[in-house]
Amino acid sequence: MTKLVDIRNLRVEATTDAGRRIEIIKGVDLDIAKGEIVALIGESGSGKTTIALTLMGHTRPGCRISGGTVLVDGKDMAALPERERAALRGCEVAYVPQSAAAAFNPSQTIMDQVIEVTQIHGSMPRDKARQRAIELFKALSLPSPDTIGGRYPHQVSGGQLQRLAAAMALIGDPKLVIFDEPTTALDVTTQIDVLKAFKSVMKSGGIAGVYVSHDLAVVAQIADRIVVLKGGEVQEEGRTQAILATPAHPYTQELLAAFEPKETQFAAAPAEKARPLLEVENVISGYGVVQSDGLPLVKAVRSVNLSVEKGRNLGIIGESGCGKSTLARSIAGILPASAGNIIFNGHELDYAARRRTHDQLREMQIVFQYADTALNPAKPIEEILGRPLTFYHGLKGQARSARVDALLDMVRLPKSLRHRHPSELSGGQKQRVNFARALAADPRLIICDEITSALDTVVAGAVIELLKELQRELDLSYIFISHDLSVVEAICDEVMVMYRGEKVEHLTREDIASPRHPYSKLLFASVPKLDPTWLDNLVLEPELVRQYGGA
Amino acid sequence: MTQSAPTKSAGLFGYRLSPVGSIAFLVILFWAVIAIFGPQIAPYPVGKIVDMDYFGPMSAKFWLGSDYLGRDMLSRIILGARYTLGIALAGVLIASTTGVVLGMAAAVVGGWFDTLLSRLMDALISIPSKLFGLVVVAAVGSSLPALILTLAVIYVPGAYRFARALAVNVNTMDFITVARIRGENTLYLAISEILPNIIRPVLADFGLRFVFIVLLLSGLSFLGLGVQPPLADWGALVHENIQGLSLGAAAVIAPSLAIASLTISVNLLIDDLPRKIRDRSA
Repeated sequence: MTKLVDIRNLRVEATTDAGRRIEIIKGVDLDIAKGEIVALIGESGSGKTTIALTLMGHTRPGCRISGGTVLVDGKDMAALPERERAALRGCEVAYVPQSAAAAFNPSQTIMDQVIEVTQIHGSMPRDKARQRAIELFKALSLPSPDTIGGRYPHQVSGGQLQRLAAAMALIGDPKLVIFDEPTTALDVTTQIDVLKAFKSVMKSGGIAGVYVSHDLAVVAQIADRIVVLKGGEVQEEGRTQAILATPAHPYTQELLAAFEPKETQFAAAPAEKARPLLEVENVISGYGVVQSDGLPLVKAVRSVNLSVEKGRNLGIIGESGCGKSTLARSIAGILPASAGNIIFNGHELDYAARRRTHDQLREMQIVFQYADTALNPAKPIEEILGRPLTFYHGLKGQARSARVDALLDMVRLPKSLRHRHPSELSGGQKQRVNFARALAADPRLIICDEITSALDTVVAGAVIELLKELQRELDLSYIFISHDLSVVEAICDEVMVMYRGEKVEHLTREDIASPRHPYSKLLFASVPKLDPTWLDNLVLEPELVRQYGGA
Repeated sequence: MTQSAPTKSAGLFGYRLSPVGSIAFLVILFWAVIAIFGPQIAPYPVGKIVDMDYFGPMSAKFWLGSDYLGRDMLSRIILGARYTLGIALAGVLIASTTGVVLGMAAAVVGGWFDTLLSRLMDALISIPSKLFGLVVVAAVGSSLPALILTLAVIYVPGAYRFARALAVNVNTMDFITVARIRGENTLYLAISEILPNIIRPVLADFGLRFVFIVLLLSGLSFLGLGVQPPLADWGALVHENIQGLSLGAAAVIAPSLAIASLTISVNLLIDDLPRKIRDRSA
């Protein structure tokens, strides 16, 4: 096969705030044949997007290509003058961004933006470009392809917008398309449609692609070859089948291991029915103006019941917008519920957190998804962990300091971290600090709101392991909210599926493999598997998809 | 980030200043020293007529010439520094402190308190500042405390808006939510959680506001509404010597230059502060 892309000894330098130069890509070699899809996979900061961007001769601000060649169809993108590079972008090499919502201009119609690139390059007349766009819309199986171009970006769903972004990239008939985590922000049920559409368009057009992702299962579906990156260097490279079957590099093995279900001993179901730690009865909550019936205009949670027993975990899963986070915020009192009862530890809780007692607040802690925004950047770790100790337990001086050390130890962080600020910690470390702060209160229940979603697969796996260990030691209960079924399965005794603000199914460990409700079936079937043939063999009941899929 | 730049000598507060910033800093330091040690430095008593000539030229005896009564201009400017810098500093301290405290309170408490305070501040902003000064002087006369308070009141809304905008952004962060459901009170939220995150841009704003106040004070004094004779700040010096303009006297140009050098230096210093201090800390 002939080579389309030939990257040799690529080096990219970045300049830090302090003016220091650091090398972020350290001599990478990469080939892509015509019509081949190569996946770049690795954790955040591994340089996968940086490499993909050099294919357009582009680097992010503060970075520059400092060495090597990037040949795309015989032209060195690293050496070409900017004017010539610009002429190639959109024609030879095109780009599909992670967030299509951010890539579209909200004040122009979709059609104008999709065909813009042909107008800039003057490659085809307007009418022809429109026809070509409509063909692409059809190929990408978008609904009503003839008229969707007349809409504005906010009038289509996230999955549709992502496919429209692909149409925008494909309209110039590029030889190479760069996909930068295009499905990461989508729900699993939507992700399937988008992946299928991408795959069929790329295969039928014989277009080469670079697929940047951190999700091995997604990559397995679409890529011919996988390149595993870490620290700006290629760790391993091979055919998709080979990488999945016989990973050679330890990092690749770690990535794969994160997918395997871990053996966990779950506490046996209690013999006698003790009173649950938390009972939520018919809770309704939402946003907007309160109506005459005392309920909010937009009900995000519609009459949900749940219970959590002592020392056991409840998982809540559902797609974005299903109300799972709103439910968590209502239980914690951040967003006061409008109706229903929240009974914690035998006492009815007030809807609003500020009217709950000191002890009620202490015993129920919440940990948020984004560790970055949940830790005050102006304070050292010591201060962040020390405050709840002083506030709840009145600890001061030596005692407080010793307890901070103990907490850091509990979440497996070195004691030396206590003088650092959050910006000096990695994502996984920040999430551990976040968790340690919740532990500082000596809680009985910790609500974990998507706490592993922003973390890399391997790091997330370690955090989950830590949570299990702490549960055994400290007799905690968790409410674990996630859109990721595998995470919930790994830690929860019971799983509750939410759809459009309602609880549609309650599953125990025994029947988690066989959900009854159609939405749960669709959701569970949509989680990508490592098997490369999974997507091609996947058959979803069209009736189900029509009713619950996509939006 | 700060400790990763050990290569060059660490300047002010551990940050390196650009050459322009350093010069500006030296000019400000110079005026600060003049203001503090004025009486010791001044070559002649401030109110004494020492030159036989009025609007005398610059000479070895009178470095900046003499004013419309034949007083030594250099001594007048040195003593004037006290009034200009002192009044402006007092004014900006009151304005910024009040503005920041109210701004943070509005952001944390929110609701009707925020709305009421914000609209009140909008109303205050709509009053032209010089006109407001005129009315106050007409009503209560011109005394130093009245002058300082007037300047402060005029610049509170700006400081309030700035601090509130920053605090509202910080207030939506998850760590504030965590502190709230921990049961912390408003005071703790404002002082311990929010203030450390907005203090750097607030200090930069403090400097700029100081410049505004110097300019407004000079303007009011120039119109005869500010510092009253026999005392004189720089604005008043320009005012009383304005007839000397046609004679090309140093008496009218020197205080103008003093005002310009101070305000431009403060502006340049703030513009050349390292990004980390000047902008909202990330």
